[in-house]
Amino acid sequence: MSKDTRTDSTTTSAGATPAGAIPTGPVQPVTWAASYEEEPSQASVPPQPGGMTALKPFGWAKDNLFNTPLNTALTVACLAVLWYAVPPMANWLLLNAVWTGGSEICREAAGACWSIIAVKHRLIFFGTYPYDEQWRPFLACGLFVALLGASGVRAFWRPWLAGVWALVLVAMGVLMWGGVFGLTYVANDKWGGLPITLMLSVFSIAIAFPLSILLALGRQSSLPAIRTFCVGFIETMRGVPLVSVLFMASVMFPLFLPEGVTVDKLLRALAGMTLFTAAYLAEAVRGGLQAIPKGQYEAADALGLSYWQKTRLIVLPQALRIVIPPIVNQFISAFKDTSLVTIVGLYDLLTAATVATTDPEWRPFFAEVYIFAGLMFWIFCFSMSRYSQWLERLANRYNRR
Amino acid sequence: MSNLAKALNSARVRGWLYQGLFLACALAVAWYLVSNTLTNLSTRGVATGFGFLEREAGFEIGESLVSYSASDTYLKALAVGLLNTLAVSAAGVVLATVLGVLIGVARLSSNWMVSRFATLYVETIRNVPLLLQLVVWYTIMNRLPSPREALEVVPHVFLSNRGMKFPVLAEHAGHGWVLLALVAGIAAAIAAVRYGRRRREATGRPFPTLPLAIAAVLLPPVAAFVATGAPLAFDVPELTGFNFEGGGSVTPEFTALLVGLSVYTAGFIAEIVRSGILAVPHGQTEAALALGLKPAQILRLVILPQALRVIVPPLTSQYLNLTKNSSLAVAIGYPDLVSVSNTSANQTGQVVEAVAMMMAVYLIISLCISGFMNWYNRKVALVTR
Repeated sequence: MSKDTRTDSTTTSAGATPAGAIPTGPVQPVTWAASYEEEPSQASVPPQPGGMTALKPFGWAKDNLFNTPLNTALTVACLAVLWYAVPPMANWLLLNAVWTGGSEICREAAGACWSIIAVKHRLIFFGTYPYDEQWRPFLACGLFVALLGASGVRAFWRPWLAGVWALVLVAMGVLMWGGVFGLTYVANDKWGGLPITLMLSVFSIAIAFPLSILLALGRQSSLPAIRTFCVGFIETMRGVPLVSVLFMASVMFPLFLPEGVTVDKLLRALAGMTLFTAAYLAEAVRGGLQAIPKGQYEAADALGLSYWQKTRLIVLPQALRIVIPPIVNQFISAFKDTSLVTIVGLYDLLTAATVATTDPEWRPFFAEVYIFAGLMFWIFCFSMSRYSQWLERLANRYNRR
Repeated sequence: MSNLAKALNSARVRGWLYQGLFLACALAVAWYLVSNTLTNLSTRGVATGFGFLEREAGFEIGESLVSYSASDTYLKALAVGLLNTLAVSAAGVVLATVLGVLIGVARLSSNWMVSRFATLYVETIRNVPLLLQLVVWYTIMNRLPSPREALEVVPHVFLSNRGMKFPVLAEHAGHGWVLLALVAGIAAAIAAVRYGRRRREATGRPFPTLPLAIAAVLLPPVAAFVATGAPLAFDVPELTGFNFEGGGSVTPEFTALLVGLSVYTAGFIAEIVRSGILAVPHGQTEAALALGLKPAQILRLVILPQALRVIVPPLTSQYLNLTKNSSLAVAIGYPDLVSVSNTSANQTGQVVEAVAMMMAVYLIISLCISGFMNWYNRKVALVTR
């Protein structure tokens, strides 16, 4: 989006009118349209000899950085910030940084201590998983990320993808738990770090998705009892913070079960996150359901289809296509929200990072660890948000045709 | 066809049947869960009911807007937590809105560098979990130097690991009058704006609304200030021994939470503001120009009313998110509602009541905010037929 607006403003302000061209038609290039704060006079269209100035650096700078007194002042301010901020940051991040060695070398150095990452990265990624077995969560995460990437490719959107997912999830379970094929058994209270973050987010979305379709259909239902229940559930979940849902899951779920039955912490957190995500997804799906023209419902009724036939064959295929981008967005927030499970005592990526900073030997170097953990989250979230923007453009193109 | 089959074929009868089945299932599940819970609670010897609210809490709360001590009741402790939640949310909403609008406008700036800076901010902040950001802010606050070596950011404002200390106005009888004059001024300004709009709509003649409104807001308090003898004495924080005395202060927890919440939410608000302004078609601006409106008038009369219509609904959900996200306070030790409820639940063992109350309170807050914003949205929506 931002890229589009930028090219718009450059072409309208610089490239569109060749010099001396008298605007004849009703359509004129409008410079002021891109920014409302500016003086909307024609004087702000500088005469452009040859109309090629936009390609030359000076012309570009004049149009985009120094075109008004205000913009000149802002540019100078930005340059000043860069001048004061970039050299020290570059020095700290790269030039004076320590890449290997113990904490003593780091304490001497003036720059960042990246050797803490070298020392602690296994702890940050895999938490308390047995050290010698950590190739297993590594492989599991690798499989998972590869499949996640592959699922984004349109050519793979075929029914067999679901089968591949099932296979990979089983493989991941085998790798993480072990106990078969000569792998030693690792109880899931030893799991930690990235696998927890990835699994909680994907499983909560995957389980929440069918649930959310039912909830959204229920909310649109003509049966008052079912509608009331669905509205109540959705609005309650959306009205309370995730932390309280996680607390409920971790302290109240054990009370709900008959005596002697226990569910482990990971599953309880997963249940809480699933219910929470389902409520938000249900609203996204409802948006899709409402976007379908009424004629589609009526045509389905006229064909004599039953409610479930109508829903399965006519409504959902159209509605779900619309809601793919919101679902990806919801996935991004679920991914970020998994960091909250640290509050109920699960060992996710963020907990592992925090634990790494509490080592007395490395205590001064918290910034490096948090930058590293933040970067991990950022890479996942940023790539997914770019992907969702691509999906939205795809959907728009599809709708326009 | 028998009567039964005919009845089963009618949509109405089947609807009742399905609903009856659904209700029966729901009740059975609810009964199962409740009976399990009651059995579990009785085997653990935990009391039920809200009687514990009257008992003495017995724990201290780090910071409180009202006076509170460990000998107060659980009810009061929870109220303190709720007040803390509301305080940080209200401050956060204001700060996030200001920051978000600034950054949203900056993203639309025709200045390439400014818009790149704003984009960098939005893309960084939105893609890193809030909890991580809060932990970072809190760690920074905690690793600040001790009060003796406190950083003096601006004269008389000190930043140390005990929080932020700043000068406050020393109390004076004249301040009440200034405040009263300010309220009167605001009321006068609102009246002037309303009158101006009515006259413009009735006669088409412009009315100097803005200068008049500014004058109405500013002049009475200034007059009151001068009339009461210009009382401008500050209570300045001074370092005595190991800590500061005097002045106002905020704790590191509150500062970290407020900064974290505002910075994070501002990233989302910026995008909302940007898309809202972009949603007004260029033709609107062109038409306004053709009518001979000035740029400021175009912004105020044409663009903003239409942009607000797009902005307000998602803005509401951001305000709600900020309030709900303030519950992450529990991770950095700010005594908000969740944190106090959690302590109470741990002490009394009455988790069901504590969690239920916590959820109910958040639901009520959410309903209030969305109610207010819906009211405002209706007002804004009316502007464009």
